[in-house]
Amino acid sequence: MGIVRKALASRPIAALTSPHTIDHYLDQIHPMLAVQHVRARVVDVVHETGVASTVVLRPNGAWTGFKPGQHVEFGVEVDGKRRVRVFSVSSSARRKDGLFSVSVKAHPDGYVSQYLHNALAPRTLIHLSPADGDFVLPDVIPDDLLLLSGGSGITPVMSMLRTLRDTGHSGRVTFLHYARSREDEMFSEELDELAASLDFVRLVRVYTREPEAGAELTGRFDLVHLKHLEVDPTSTLSYVCGPAGLIASVRDTYDELGAAEQLRMEYFKVPTVDLDAEDATGTLTFDDSGIETDNSGSTILEQAEAAGLTPEFGCRMGVCNTCALKKNHGAVRHVITGEVSASTDETVKICVHVPVGDVNVAL
Amino acid sequence: MSHLRKRNAPIEPLSASNHNKAPAPLVGEDTTKRATIGLDVMTYEQLEEFGHELDAVRQRVLDDLGQADADYIRRVIKVQRVFDVLGRVGIFFPFFLPVFIAGIVCLAVAKILENMEIGHNVMHGQYDWMNDPVVDGKKYEWDNVAPAQDWKHGHNYIHHTYTNIHGMDRDIGYNMFRIDEAQPWYPSHRVNLPLAFLLMLFFEWGVMYHGIELDEYLGGRMSKSEFQARKKRAWQKVRRQVVKDYVAFPLLAVPLIPFTSWWVPLAVLGANFVANILRNIWTFIIIFCGHFPAEVETFTEDEAQNETRGQWYLRQLLGSANISGSRPFHVMTGNLSYQVEHHLFPDIPARRYPEVAKDVHLLVEKYGLTYNSGRLSKQIGSVVRQLAVLGRKPSDPYKVGNSPESKALRREKREAEKAAREAMANA
Repeated sequence: MGIVRKALASRPIAALTSPHTIDHYLDQIHPMLAVQHVRARVVDVVHETGVASTVVLRPNGAWTGFKPGQHVEFGVEVDGKRRVRVFSVSSSARRKDGLFSVSVKAHPDGYVSQYLHNALAPRTLIHLSPADGDFVLPDVIPDDLLLLSGGSGITPVMSMLRTLRDTGHSGRVTFLHYARSREDEMFSEELDELAASLDFVRLVRVYTREPEAGAELTGRFDLVHLKHLEVDPTSTLSYVCGPAGLIASVRDTYDELGAAEQLRMEYFKVPTVDLDAEDATGTLTFDDSGIETDNSGSTILEQAEAAGLTPEFGCRMGVCNTCALKKNHGAVRHVITGEVSASTDETVKICVHVPVGDVNVAL
Repeated sequence: MSHLRKRNAPIEPLSASNHNKAPAPLVGEDTTKRATIGLDVMTYEQLEEFGHELDAVRQRVLDDLGQADADYIRRVIKVQRVFDVLGRVGIFFPFFLPVFIAGIVCLAVAKILENMEIGHNVMHGQYDWMNDPVVDGKKYEWDNVAPAQDWKHGHNYIHHTYTNIHGMDRDIGYNMFRIDEAQPWYPSHRVNLPLAFLLMLFFEWGVMYHGIELDEYLGGRMSKSEFQARKKRAWQKVRRQVVKDYVAFPLLAVPLIPFTSWWVPLAVLGANFVANILRNIWTFIIIFCGHFPAEVETFTEDEAQNETRGQWYLRQLLGSANISGSRPFHVMTGNLSYQVEHHLFPDIPARRYPEVAKDVHLLVEKYGLTYNSGRLSKQIGSVVRQLAVLGRKPSDPYKVGNSPESKALRREKREAEKAAREAMANA
């Protein structure tokens, strides 16, 4: 496939299909036939314990794999509209069958996570980005590792743990996970099994709201927890993924110990839309120019201009589409229709959209 | 995120924020002066209501967008690709005339569908809500020598915002023709009709040239760097289109020479040329019939300044003309046969225009407005008559371009108006 793929992506072919790409034609034959666009079929949707699901995917030939810890943009079409969210890959990078999976906790306001949990059927076509992210295991894995996660932040570190299992890792791995309760935890049964079967890993779960009787550790993250597990932050490569509160306290602890070098962090947040908020909240970030402003409640175009940027615009009434650009993430409200949209990587006309909460645009 | 510079935004006056109405597209220096569009038929209150009713029509469609619209545009794309491939294959059989001709026709149909129902509509952002990069108005590039970016500026922004306002909408006669009574006559307009015929044959090149906006640059209204950038984009696009149609595909036919004849690559080149011209003729006709029949109204800057949304809508309605026809005909025009509906709602999927037209008809009746619609032959006739009649030197010297006589007349009129204003102020 490699040579065919290269030939199809070559300049002579592009000259023949201009102004479109070869994928626009291959797409008409079969949606999985694509030179550049990563696509996948849903093989299975596994309901994990609690309200989480694992979606097992078979990617097309454009997929170049992932490193454990990376994430993908996951686009699924519902009612004609592609909804895109970013999910971490949860499977082992060493799977033999070429499949991989993402695991998602159904968030009460999360349209896509709810859809995945309740309605996604096998054979559905998924539009993916290549895997991306720096929150990855190094090529040479050190002897001591700490994998720390909270809530659904477990998915990337789960991918790391599964990969370490499959590569026959022999060093010491401490896996510390915080969940509200056992019901709230993803992969509970597999974690039980791994705890029993893997001798290189010390697997400890802390249930912060409903601790189990005789639990090894209780409460929120604390240096005491690391001490108890005999982890030395200054000499242990550490990964933390989870809600902002957890990451902040881990970061502070590492900073105090002078161990910041050892810490890798990944924030995990589901975009929440607070429609009742009367006042403008959050931060509007102009990603390309590296400017951020407190959301003033005016349109993105006006806020960009006030911040000294000169975005392209035309009619300023939502007619001409000149000002349309990519909204990387966050929710926006259309000032005329009142419609709120929260898709990752969607095109919005900035002259008629106001940010709702934190918004990041490609400007 | 501490590396980010932080700058906060004050809310500007004339803002679209915190209210459900976007600012008027043309704002005059004196913001207390109200636009006069439509006052001959409606009151300000009626105009306001008219605007709300059309907003409601738009909202109904927006709320209803979904799978059917996505399926439709994908089906059109599929059909277009099939015609494209059939056409590309067919023109490799010049020694078998029926297949060759069918190939040319398929290719022309493919180019028409691509330019009209797909390219034009996608680039208006009609399918941006689908969030599919294939139909993203920002990214789309069409099969036409005019680069998408400059076409979108001239068309989506300038033409669709300042529709039919003299001095602002560069599409009134495309700076070539005298197509409206209010345009001054110049001697070059004597060749209105033959020039229009030439433009019809090479329309895509005219669109490309129009997008460079040489006149804006020469008039000092565009910076040199902007003009250079436009030229560069156009040149790149022209090169790509020419290489594809007149180099790459003919080259593919070269290996056939030993089996057929030496002229096969030339026939492929010729077929592409003819397909492009057929597409040009069709798009030219549809576009000219959408805006230039005799009854279509144009406006002055003065009338349009500080217009309301209702007046903006009314200007779109009076400034466009529909062509009646069958469903396949509408698809082949990119539903621009529903030019009125397109101008009222340029960013809703074009397949919705027929259903929207019913609501528009009701409103037109309710407010006693005119709605310009007619058969293709009638609209073509009207456009040809306009070009012919308005190309002749008018007897009214006031309508003649830069003649000393017309200048003097215009000065006289300006002074009379000034005197009248002063008299009013003094009284």
